[in-house]
Amino acid sequence: MHWFDDWALTLAVFIPLVGLAAVLFIPRAHEQAIKTTALVASLATLAVGVGILADFNYSQGGKLQFIVDKSWIPLIKARYHMGVDGISLPLLILSMLMVVLCIIYSWNHFPEPHNPKAFLALILLLAVGMNGTFVAQDLILFFVFFEIVLLPMFFMIGVWGGPNRQYAAIKFFLFTLFGSALMLVSFLAIFFLSKHQTFQMPQLAQFGGSGIASGTQALVFGGLFLGFAIKVPMFPFHTWLPDAHTEAPTVGSVLLAAILLKLGAYGFIRIALPILPAAARAWAPWIGLLAVIAIIYGALCCLAQRDMKRLIAFSSVSHMGFVMLGIATLTSFGINAAVFGMVAHGLITGLLFFVAGSVQERYKTREMNRLGGLLTQAPKLGWILGFTVMASLGLPGLAGFWGEFPAILSAYNPAKLTQGLFNGDQLLTFRVYLVVAAIGTVLAAGYLLWMLQRVAFGAVKAEFENVHIHDVHVSEWIAWVPLLLLIVALGIYPNLIFHITHGAVSNVSKVFGG
Amino acid sequence: MLENAWIIPTLPAVAFVAIVFFGKRSPGKGAFVGIAAVGASFVASCVAAGQWIQRVDNATGKSEGLAAFTKGVVSAGGAHAVQPVTESITWWQNGSIKFGVGTFVDGLTVMMVVVVTLISLLVQIYSTAYMRGDRRYTWYFAALSLFTASMLTLVVASNTIQLLVGWELVGVCSFMLIGHWWEEPANSRAAIKAFLTTRTGDIGLMIGIIILFFTVGSFGIGATNLYATSGHAQHAFLLAAAVCLLVAIIGKSGQFPLHTWLPDAMAGPTPVSALIHAATMVVAGVFLGARLYPVFFNGFSIGHGGVNAMALVGGVTIIIGAALAFVQTDIKKVLAYSTISQLGYMVMALGVGAWSAAVFHLFTHAFFKALLFLGAGSVSHAAGHSFDMREMGGLRKKMPITFWTFVIGSLALAGIFPLAGFWSKDEILVNAGKNGYTAFLVVGLIGAFLTAAYMTRVVYLTFFGEYRGHEHPHESERAITIPLVILGALSVGAGLVNAAPLGLEKIKDWVQPQVAFPHLNNAAFDYPKAILSVSIALAAIVIAGYYWLRRDELRAFRGLTERNALARSGYQFLVNKYYLDYLYEDIIVDGIRGAVARASYWVNQHVIDGVVNGLGSGSTRIARYTYDVIDQRVVDGAANGIALETDRAGAEVRGFQSGHVQRYALVLFGGVGLLSLALFLINIH
Repeated sequence: MHWFDDWALTLAVFIPLVGLAAVLFIPRAHEQAIKTTALVASLATLAVGVGILADFNYSQGGKLQFIVDKSWIPLIKARYHMGVDGISLPLLILSMLMVVLCIIYSWNHFPEPHNPKAFLALILLLAVGMNGTFVAQDLILFFVFFEIVLLPMFFMIGVWGGPNRQYAAIKFFLFTLFGSALMLVSFLAIFFLSKHQTFQMPQLAQFGGSGIASGTQALVFGGLFLGFAIKVPMFPFHTWLPDAHTEAPTVGSVLLAAILLKLGAYGFIRIALPILPAAARAWAPWIGLLAVIAIIYGALCCLAQRDMKRLIAFSSVSHMGFVMLGIATLTSFGINAAVFGMVAHGLITGLLFFVAGSVQERYKTREMNRLGGLLTQAPKLGWILGFTVMASLGLPGLAGFWGEFPAILSAYNPAKLTQGLFNGDQLLTFRVYLVVAAIGTVLAAGYLLWMLQRVAFGAVKAEFENVHIHDVHVSEWIAWVPLLLLIVALGIYPNLIFHITHGAVSNVSKVFGG
Repeated sequence: MLENAWIIPTLPAVAFVAIVFFGKRSPGKGAFVGIAAVGASFVASCVAAGQWIQRVDNATGKSEGLAAFTKGVVSAGGAHAVQPVTESITWWQNGSIKFGVGTFVDGLTVMMVVVVTLISLLVQIYSTAYMRGDRRYTWYFAALSLFTASMLTLVVASNTIQLLVGWELVGVCSFMLIGHWWEEPANSRAAIKAFLTTRTGDIGLMIGIIILFFTVGSFGIGATNLYATSGHAQHAFLLAAAVCLLVAIIGKSGQFPLHTWLPDAMAGPTPVSALIHAATMVVAGVFLGARLYPVFFNGFSIGHGGVNAMALVGGVTIIIGAALAFVQTDIKKVLAYSTISQLGYMVMALGVGAWSAAVFHLFTHAFFKALLFLGAGSVSHAAGHSFDMREMGGLRKKMPITFWTFVIGSLALAGIFPLAGFWSKDEILVNAGKNGYTAFLVVGLIGAFLTAAYMTRVVYLTFFGEYRGHEHPHESERAITIPLVILGALSVGAGLVNAAPLGLEKIKDWVQPQVAFPHLNNAAFDYPKAILSVSIALAAIVIAGYYWLRRDELRAFRGLTERNALARSGYQFLVNKYYLDYLYEDIIVDGIRGAVARASYWVNQHVIDGVVNGLGSGSTRIARYTYDVIDQRVVDGAANGIALETDRAGAEVRGFQSGHVQRYALVLFGGVGLLSLALFLINIH
């Protein structure tokens, strides 16, 4: 299968682009043809993903596979260099899967102002950016894909969004762009400061920042930090997220939560940590601090919400806090947990946003005070919401647990850092984080169960008593069943992910002695 | 079956899935599937128990060359010691370290699986009648099956993470079942309260597991116990872990001060209460204490005597729970507080070094407490679905089977010779006295007095006097009475398992671990103490009986408290449940949900987002100034009408026009481009 080895990643990234081109050529009136084309393109991409899964050498999960390394822009030494290892593989597959499910979900649910052609074209463009980011091994290539993602999401929010869409879209765009600009400066600095002046991530990781003064490293890391932290988003750079989520159409929210947020955390693991390890050691206590603040603070903001979707958005801030806490420990436990947490959060929060979108479509409101008795009117939808809530609060036996618990565990014993916060005692620092994060799990149970109670339990409110509420549609079933199954499967047998990630994670963590 | 113990939890788990997907179309609408699975699981458990007993009996006499029970750990405990049977497969991994999932079977495990499956089986049979016609009958049986499966997963767990999984699943099942009738807001509130309170305790479990993992280097139960008994264990870490795990026990097993969820949990269907209180959920905490006993024993230095946190928590809970049982008018709530108090006995027993007594009490309590709950359910089923004792009375003639079994359960709970509760409670008291915990012996005796008294009150109000309700009570049907009779028989006879004067000490022989376990001296049967405790209980029955018999039934609820200020304030204090609910719900929970959450969100919207918006509008203003003043007036000089367009923009961030994005993008990318060009040029030279 040499042919496949060479072409798999190119196909994974550019089949959606071909699909996009095809969609653009079909006249707007032929909706069915447009939808079918987009679906076929996303399915073909997923098929490539399945091929990669089948062909991937799991015993060598730490090594880059399916490598393509061609000359691209010789002038700036940028190369068309792509590859997957155990860290990128689960995220790549997640991204491919979510795009398919989003297209299926949209089938009869296109939000106002409708226009499936433009909508699907944007989703396919998103797919190019997302898949590309997870496989790029060249900083410039990474940057290009990272930025491609912005545009379709901007339009998706700005055109198909809620009443306050313009504000939300611009805020999303500018905020992220601001971070990206600094990130790019850092990339350039890395290029010029590294010995051989290269943008190739594997080589740069091998140098591990050697020869760069620690002060400079810390500054360069700062640029990367801002770029990635805004995307995650970490406290206090998160305020674009609730607005973007609240205004975005359902599918936009799903992709935003499931994939876009992962790009930032992935950037930390793939770029910031391996390329500038010394700076990572210096920054880690602060990243950990922001992470645990996000856990508690996001949860508290959730408790104050009346809008279901906004609540789920803030829950992402809290959940990504666990991911970042895991990363901040610089240990294999923590980073494994972070990758697992990203996949789990993608599946679970993606599903939550799907359900919230379906609730809104039926009741024309997301105001939880007006909702109630969903289990009576649409029992299946209610049960799915209940299930997802349980998964989201980190119930063992479902996927969410395996991102959360090992992340908390890892904080007990972080890697050797430059210093801690409390009198420089890094062990104490992270053990305090551990306790705070553990308290966060109780708050998570609180806001999620109260949401479930307000939306699903109790009696139907008078205004909706005589409204017909359709239970789960066929397209919804198709879009959700894979998520439900994966949440259960990964929860029961977490090694499905861990056995993919552990090798690649060890490569990252061994630099830090973990 | 010892090697294939995974079958025991798997059967009900499969039943859960089967009922969810096919239950409505299956015979009995799911009930048969559930009963068949848990029945099969019960049989498997009995087989496992039989094999274990055989294994123990064989070992006494000849040494068994068993494989070491955890990888790389040599067997300890002497040549004749019976090793647990462990099986495990890879579950997850970190780097090259693999973590297993599997089974850890020893005497405690087999005892627990037998009790859990037996109670679950009886509860499911009972439920076919009790829940007939329920809106979610099929789902109810699915949830019961999952509940049993979760508890069994916890019981057979070979490592602490698996234990945590079972532990949390048990919690979520009780959430679902307590809130079974979620149409009523009070029920879903009770369910959430139960989940959140126990989850607060789970913080302790998580942290405890983590501390143990990094101290021991393994999640394994066997490895942990071996480490804790090894003599070179780091005491500070064991103590920290023991404290954390004790918090988990407090949350799960309804110990003071986290017991408040348990009475509210009565919102669920009565068979569920029986299950929660007897076999699943609350005993999980005590089981944790028994399973990782070496950690507690050495962490709290129980062997050295002296007061420790565990004994203290248990002792306080005995009294706190029993006192509250007096002021309840709801029969189920009396039983709930009784459970709290009885769990206090078990925790206290663990705290004073009476391991086998604690486990023995767990064993007997399961039978008589299930019996009492199911009896209460039978009463309510027959008498108009009320649990209010003010509407009962005189039922002994109308429902004799329920009456007699309930009396048996009450006497067993009160610790009257020779019923099951007598043997186990007596053993706790004797051991507390022997190990130097005299204060706790006294607490236990006071508890015995209170228990006998409040149960007399319940029996009197429910079954004696005249019927005060407005229904036509009648004996329940067979699906309800048969479980009552079986449990009644067990409440009479189960104590013989460890009736020391008869030479039966099977808990010690079969259940108590022989490896990786602290050396405990079980106290011999003590006739004076036994006579004392039975006399105290009998005295309580006589006094309480006299007190209530003298009054007409309704006044029994007012009594003293109307005439005596001190008694009244004490009564008020009890009625308000020591104001703990007020503290937790009104102050802590409402405080966080209300003020703290709103304040955080205010900060988010006005401070953090204010900075963002400020930056946005600030740069818009700078841009406008640049354009208006520098570009248009200074550079261009001749201003023209184009400025009208920019006037509209940027007064406020919400007024952003999408066209400006491109301008920002241009500025930012331009800047970056220039910067990189500069760096590039510098570098070339």
